[in-house]
Amino acid sequence: MSHVPRKRADTLSHDWRPSASLESISKRAALLQQVRAFFHAHRVMEVETPVLSAAGNTDININSFTVHYDGPHAPPDGQMYLHTSPEYAMKRLLAAGSGDIFQIARVFRNGEAGRRHNPEFTLLEWYRLGMDQHALMAEVEALLRVLMPGLGKTNRLSYRQAFIEHAGIDPLEVEQQALQACAERHGLGDIVGLDKDDHDAWLDLCMDQVVVPALGEGLVFIYDYPASQAALARLSEEDARVAERFECFINGVELANGFHELTDAREQRQRLLADNAHRRLTGRAELPVDEHFLSALQSGLPDCAGVAVGLDRLLMLMSGATAIDEVLAFAVDRA
Amino acid sequence: MASYSTSEFRSGLKLMIDGDPCAIVENEFVKPGKGQAFNRVKIRNLKTGRVIDRTYKSGESVEAADVIDTDMQYLYNDGEFWYFMDPASYEQIGADANAVSDALKWLKEQDMYTVTLWNGTPLTVTPPNFTVLKVVETDPGVRGDTSGGGGKPATLETGAVVRVPLFIDEGELLKVDTRTGEYVSRAKEEG
Repeated sequence: MSHVPRKRADTLSHDWRPSASLESISKRAALLQQVRAFFHAHRVMEVETPVLSAAGNTDININSFTVHYDGPHAPPDGQMYLHTSPEYAMKRLLAAGSGDIFQIARVFRNGEAGRRHNPEFTLLEWYRLGMDQHALMAEVEALLRVLMPGLGKTNRLSYRQAFIEHAGIDPLEVEQQALQACAERHGLGDIVGLDKDDHDAWLDLCMDQVVVPALGEGLVFIYDYPASQAALARLSEEDARVAERFECFINGVELANGFHELTDAREQRQRLLADNAHRRLTGRAELPVDEHFLSALQSGLPDCAGVAVGLDRLLMLMSGATAIDEVLAFAVDRA
Repeated sequence: MASYSTSEFRSGLKLMIDGDPCAIVENEFVKPGKGQAFNRVKIRNLKTGRVIDRTYKSGESVEAADVIDTDMQYLYNDGEFWYFMDPASYEQIGADANAVSDALKWLKEQDMYTVTLWNGTPLTVTPPNFTVLKVVETDPGVRGDTSGGGGKPATLETGAVVRVPLFIDEGELLKVDTRTGEYVSRAKEEG
């Protein structure tokens, strides 16, 4: 073996111990049961899809882990990817006629570690036929109220309202300079390495550091994200500047991201190719586009809405933990 | 020149920022699920002691500061500088008031301290986490009191004032936590 062990074998280490308390580990078990019971009662079928995929996620702000596979059906270069979300595969099931489905999946995102991030985490993802973003927000709330009975009142506001109210700017109209001035006004200090023209990144920064902290306690849904941040959501028919995408926050912690799903295969392909073009421009590797997923859309995805909820973050909120390590048996530093 | 990427950021890391050596006090990775990742960092300028906020787009690199920590023995103060000696080379070096400010009330001749050097100049002096010092002034001890409940102030030989249990007398040696300035226990001997 050529690699050097990280720790000397004779160093006494306590890192074999879980970073979560045993109480927190049993809370997770109870949470998983409650989630399954909720969907069983709502007649939503549990599914499993591959963690290992021949296609990557082209999303410009999400980095896949690559792994090497040799063996039957290996791609020519042997390169495969750990999924960053089960979204593509679940939509293939929907296109195949599965009906309403949910999945509790371990997902992987390279480079993400911090107080609320671990490079592998647990996503609850589900899809409902015939629902739009508002109907799905109601179902997310229903589930959260089962899991957190003490949850206070709900607030729902559009991305635009949230920015106007808490940052004093209209995010759909704001000029780049005024957006930067807003960041400065809110004490974000010097910002190093952020391209002056990367409008969406500046919006992300203001959203995360100015708007979200001002949302206050309790459950808040933000909907109608800017069209430039549509991801896999369809654009609004009433206002082309926004996409039918929502997020949910509890006590300022981002918890869920949902879409009224884009079903147009051509538009979806254009978005994936645009992602890859952006990757090329910023000197990063392009990723193979998931042709199975696009073919499924081509054959017809039923009108549906889908959402992903971070279960580790939910556990943090349920147990009053301030760091994700406290709810993971073994966070990345002990993995 | 060595540099660190934002993914290596952690508290204590020494960086060159705007031409000055700095240390990361606090680093937080922030990222909206579908959005751009950032590192929000609190940084202490090691020359001025001032703490500033910086936000880095994740993936950026920052030049490392050529800063080294050395264990040195405190010798004396001449009114302007506090002199420390490298016990191996016997080389002496003078630290200014700014560098010793945080350690001043724990400075005792002959004891060992961590002196942080930048280009050979002392930036900061850090006392050990625990130190043993003699009580030079406190109200007389109360026999039988072992609770340490209320406590009383005691002045130590370096000038530091700490709250101690009522049973402590002048002349006793105490173990003190220099990070919190709290009494830990009685000590048998200086260490």
